[in-house]
Amino acid sequence: MAEATIAAEKPAEAGNGNDMLLEVDGLVRHFDVSPPFLNRVLERTGRRIVRAVEGVSFSIRRGETFSLVGESGCGKSTVARLVVGLYPPSAGTLQFEGVDISSPRARRENPTIQSRMQMIFQDPYASLNPRWRVADIVAEPIRVHRKGVSRTDVLARVGELLRQVGLSASDGEKFPHEFSGGQRQRISIARALAGEPEFLVCDEPTSALDVSVQAQILNLMKRLQKRLGLTYLFISHDLAVVYHVSTIVGVMYLGRLVEWGPTKELFGAPRHPYTRMLLDAIPDLEMSGRARIPVAGEVPSPIDPPPGCAFHPRCPLASDRCRQEVPKAVGSATAAVACHAVEEGRLPPWHGA
Amino acid sequence: MTASDEPSDRPLLEVRNLRIEFPTRRGTLVAVDDISFAIAPGEVLGVVGESGAGKSLTGAAIIGLLEPPGRIGAGEILLEGERIDKLPYEELRKIRGKRIGTIFQDPLTSLNPLYTVGEQLIETIRTHLPLGETEARARAVNLLEEVGIPAADERIDHYPHQFSGGMRQRVVIALALCAEPRMVVADEPTTALDVSIQAQIISLIKRLCRENGTAVMLVTHDMGVIAETADRVAVMYAGRIAEIGPVTEVVKHAKHPYTHGLMGSIPAIGHDVDALTQIDGSMPRLNEIPTGCAFNPRCPKAFDRCRVERPSLMPAGRSSVACWLYEDEAKEAAHGG
Ligand SMILES: Nc1ncnc2c1ncn2[C@@H]1O[C@H](COP(=O)(O)OP(=O)(O)OP(=O)(O)O)[C@@H](O)[C@H]1O
Ligand SMILES: Nc1ncnc2c1ncn2[C@@H]1O[C@H](COP(=O)(O)OP(=O)(O)O)[C@@H](O)[C@H]1O
Ligand code: SF4
Ligand code: SF4
Ligand SMILES: [Mg+2]
Ligand SMILES: [Mg+2]
Repeated sequence: MAEATIAAEKPAEAGNGNDMLLEVDGLVRHFDVSPPFLNRVLERTGRRIVRAVEGVSFSIRRGETFSLVGESGCGKSTVARLVVGLYPPSAGTLQFEGVDISSPRARRENPTIQSRMQMIFQDPYASLNPRWRVADIVAEPIRVHRKGVSRTDVLARVGELLRQVGLSASDGEKFPHEFSGGQRQRISIARALAGEPEFLVCDEPTSALDVSVQAQILNLMKRLQKRLGLTYLFISHDLAVVYHVSTIVGVMYLGRLVEWGPTKELFGAPRHPYTRMLLDAIPDLEMSGRARIPVAGEVPSPIDPPPGCAFHPRCPLASDRCRQEVPKAVGSATAAVACHAVEEGRLPPWHGA
Repeated sequence: MTASDEPSDRPLLEVRNLRIEFPTRRGTLVAVDDISFAIAPGEVLGVVGESGAGKSLTGAAIIGLLEPPGRIGAGEILLEGERIDKLPYEELRKIRGKRIGTIFQDPLTSLNPLYTVGEQLIETIRTHLPLGETEARARAVNLLEEVGIPAADERIDHYPHQFSGGMRQRVVIALALCAEPRMVVADEPTTALDVSIQAQIISLIKRLCRENGTAVMLVTHDMGVIAETADRVAVMYAGRIAEIGPVTEVVKHAKHPYTHGLMGSIPAIGHDVDALTQIDGSMPRLNEIPTGCAFNPRCPKAFDRCRVERPSLMPAGRSSVACWLYEDEAKEAAHGG
């Protein structure tokens, strides 16, 4: 698929000592889902708080892909939304190139930073305005960020962006419903790239697509990353997809990062019992006849997470300590695990890759 | 009921030259075109393919739940040797539930939110089996235990919304199996579930059906699920079967160029590639299916004949493949005897 070279070619900028593009520290987000006050009094119930994100820290190096994996409801999308500023955090800090963007006010004071990040959503159907032509959808960020650009320049740029994602310039005349799911996701990507961002937050960008279409989109995203020096926060529940795209992977469970590390290390020698469980649950396409360790139980509710290590009701290694004390992440900024069994040296060896 | 009740050479389900069409003002759209396959007792046939390939419509035709104006345009469907594609609605309704159980992607479509899980199980059991209320309840509790619902004798009186997604799908499986059907049609039964639950549900369907000699048609777009569960696989593309054969053959030695591309496009842990195999373009819409081989505009191996003449399934090794590349092999096999 031919892609036109882009006017705004952008090699990764030379590091200024700190090559971390995004630093997230102790991020917390709670949602109050309590019934109205009167009902609480009548039913003698307390407040109900969803602890969607409960103290998450990570950093993303420029030009790399940091991925979050975990089961439904563990807080991945909430982290994504906190990072792009769709929600303010309940606690914790966010820094972009060392500049604090934790509060809505800090974001307003740094509008250029906001324009350097964009988000791509899971559902390519819901995220495109059905009444707009594709060209107008893609042009919107250009009009917002670069006021006063002439109409012909905008159109030329839109055509270029469409070609870059493997569509043709003439597709700009059409409406979203005239495209397949994969093509719509290409349009979303073109729109996200229109503001010339450096940082893309991609929340399950291929989960609604067939594997063959997913391959097209993942290949496209990797090519664009190389060509434009993009940095990705990538979110998925599919471990094989994450293996394919990531530099660093973080595994989430009930609002916390339980283990993170460079992709190959994490998948080759997973340490957290939950990471191991997830890897064991993947159907085996190699048909090696490998015996799987049966997984028990389901993710508990983030409204009343189990005390201590939230994974303890499902963990084969749970001890009394696990039921009481939240394990702290031990390791470095690039590889760590939060598990008492690991710390106490009672983790059995991993059965192999 | 065990598999040995059945002469093993007689298929439990046979689909012959099935065609499903939608009449529209601008002509008839053919969504499923001339497909044939059979499933033996105790066998799991996986059906894979991209969305829109015709998997769900095929399943719906078997259980008699095609939504009008969709209709069977040609072909026949036989259950234990008896035609079921022309039965009146009432007869079909009896077959559904008693002889064919169904499991859909969204467990809530199979469960009534207004009744407890127990009420629904007991009603289905009593409609199909000659059991009294107490016996039916005991059987329902048993089934719930079998599908792994803890404290089944208490949970049986709960409503569907009181269960999590994974638990609900277990209840649907219990419901599908409660009248001891000879066959189960499962359409994307794990697609809405997390990987850890998915593995539990798949092994559950597999175990229960194997124990009872139940034939299973497992529709999914997930090759991993197929590799772990199915005995044989049918790969569908644009309403046709592109390839059908034993699971190891299809997964490890894909023959049809489409199956090849599909397998290569799946990322795998430990498999380091810069770019995934990519099948350019997309599956054609129903009103734009090309003449000849439906895959020809996307096929890297297409030649002239592919663009004019449609290949039907021909034997290739232990599989059957609808692709002209295998014609010589098929002829040789026929002559060589
Ligand atoms: N606006 C909100 N109000 C209340 N609860 C919320 C809100 N947004 C998210 N939650 C809850 O927070 C938890 C984390 O949700 P989140 O969407 O981040 O999960 P996720 O990991 O992205 O899951 P999935 O894989 O299903 O997309 C869930 O329990 C969810 O129901
Ligand atoms: N009610 C309908 N009217 C017209 N076309 C339909 C209808 N239902 C399904 N189709 C078409 O039939 C084809 C096969 O659909 P389906 O069996 O649902 O695919 P799958 O389950 O493989 O994703 C698709 O092209 C779909 O758009
Ligand atoms: S801290 Fe304890 S319960 Fe949690 S994962 Fe480690 S061993 Fe299991
Ligand atoms: S018949 Fe021709 S176009 Fe079709 S899959 Fe075979 S080689 Fe490709
Ligand atoms: Mg999400
Ligand atoms: Mg379907």
